[in-house]
Amino acid sequence: MSLMQARRLTRRFGGLTAVDSVSLDLALDEIHALIGTNGAGKSTLVNMLSGELPASSGQVLLEGTDITRWPQPRRARAGLGRSYQRTTLFPAFTVFENCRLAAQASRPRSWVLWESAAACGHAGAIAGQALEAAGLADVAGRQAGTLSHGAKRQLEIALCLATQPRVLLLDEPLAGMGAEETERMLQLLRTLKRARAVLLVEHDMDAVFRIADRITVMANGAVIASGTPEEVRGNREVRVAYLGEGDAC
Amino acid sequence: MKDWLIPVLGAVLLALLPLMVEPYTQDLTVKMMVFAIFALSLELLVGMTGLVSLGHAAFFGIGAYVTVLASPEYDPGSVAMLLPMAVLAAAAYALIVGLLSLRTKGAYFIMVTLAFAQMAYFVFHDTRLGVSSDGIFLNVRPVQGSWLDLDDKRHLFYFVLACLVFTYSLLALVRRSRFGHALAGIRVNEQRMRAVGFHTFGYKLAAFTLAGALAGLAGFLLAAKDAAVNPALLSWHESSAVLLMITLGGLGHLRGAVLGTVVFTLLKEVFSTHSLVGPLADHWQLTLGVTVIAFVALLPHGLMGLPQRLRSRR
Repeated sequence: MSLMQARRLTRRFGGLTAVDSVSLDLALDEIHALIGTNGAGKSTLVNMLSGELPASSGQVLLEGTDITRWPQPRRARAGLGRSYQRTTLFPAFTVFENCRLAAQASRPRSWVLWESAAACGHAGAIAGQALEAAGLADVAGRQAGTLSHGAKRQLEIALCLATQPRVLLLDEPLAGMGAEETERMLQLLRTLKRARAVLLVEHDMDAVFRIADRITVMANGAVIASGTPEEVRGNREVRVAYLGEGDAC
Repeated sequence: MKDWLIPVLGAVLLALLPLMVEPYTQDLTVKMMVFAIFALSLELLVGMTGLVSLGHAAFFGIGAYVTVLASPEYDPGSVAMLLPMAVLAAAAYALIVGLLSLRTKGAYFIMVTLAFAQMAYFVFHDTRLGVSSDGIFLNVRPVQGSWLDLDDKRHLFYFVLACLVFTYSLLALVRRSRFGHALAGIRVNEQRMRAVGFHTFGYKLAAFTLAGALAGLAGFLLAAKDAAVNPALLSWHESSAVLLMITLGGLGHLRGAVLGTVVFTLLKEVFSTHSLVGPLADHWQLTLGVTVIAFVALLPHGLMGLPQRLRSRR
């Protein structure tokens, strides 16, 4: 079942076409990896899916609804979560407060001034679940800025989970991680796809081929291949353009 | 518990003050309390939301002007009518300015708020609405029934104190509420807040309008205290002075805003008194400016950061 679709999405910056008519399907219970060299248009595509960047043309569908013109906060509330390549947290808050703030976004009672934010049981419960799922329950009371790099990346994902998303867009969650941290994150990613669709933008090929259910390869703004890891591995065009086996040149 | 101990003690001490001091000091204290409300309203923007505005005096001045302009010529106006009018007028202008300026960020936001404030300044300075470029007198101070007469020094003192306690408590509530936490999130990382589903523009606009309304309250009190207004109240000098007050006190703390106001006002008072500093008193802007620069250079987190700085020295 397809949760999110991109239909012929295009983004032009002046004369440059950063993303050229890309179509993509994110299915339930699947990790869909998006790979490609630097400048292939992956981040631009993710930004269009998440609503940070308007599309020049094409459509974005979320569970069948056309959300192409929705601003980012509305998409987030509709169940679209994203994490960032650069760690973007609220460093002065505790780990728990980070998640509670994210969970609070979907609650309508933001304007009740006489109630303490700490008293919101609902947001607190969701935040607790998100931390549990991301494996951060032990450090819930720590200040986010003092965490290790790996734990910060986990918190980045916990922040997404606290918004209770159906679709997750993860932008290089493995960037800068050591071997042990990578293993822990891959373990986490496997649990995340249950009842969700995950788009994974990643440079670590080894990890991608181990964990992805589907892989889409981009080059120069366009999709050059899409399929299961085996299909992609065997694709001649991909080998030439990306995996560096340039015998055809 | 400990958090509100110092503010409560401060309020109690202030309440006892008129019994102990001579009229000059009482008058100066009223002035400080009015400016403390003004500074607190800006702290909501700068310290809590991360929006540095250089046009906040516009809302202060509008509150003051509305109070004088809406007062009857020879009879006392009613507090229950004039105060809401001043607050609503300031809030309305803040809503319009906020709608147009909050789409910009950083230095652009500073310039746009400055431009809107200067626009309001020139409306009162140069048009018939402002009556005269020298300002207007308020012939009779506002009253409420027979129990409140702002012409009575003691009534004025306690009324201003009550408004200060109200403003401080309101902002303390905002800080710990979900709304306040969202503002703190926007200050640190607005993009992330949008990504988790906050319509940040609405939050910023609400904060901007509330800050304008509270500045309007301070404006009402200043007009009632001075029984006069002039266009300089809306000028960028006033906007930057209040920005200096909260910076001096330390951004991010309500107490800092009040402390900064007290220190700034006292410094200004000292530096402009002939009997204390001699002929330098004619150039108080210079001495005050140098002192503020020294403060900010030595205490990057303002006076509120002083204890921690002393501790780390040891």
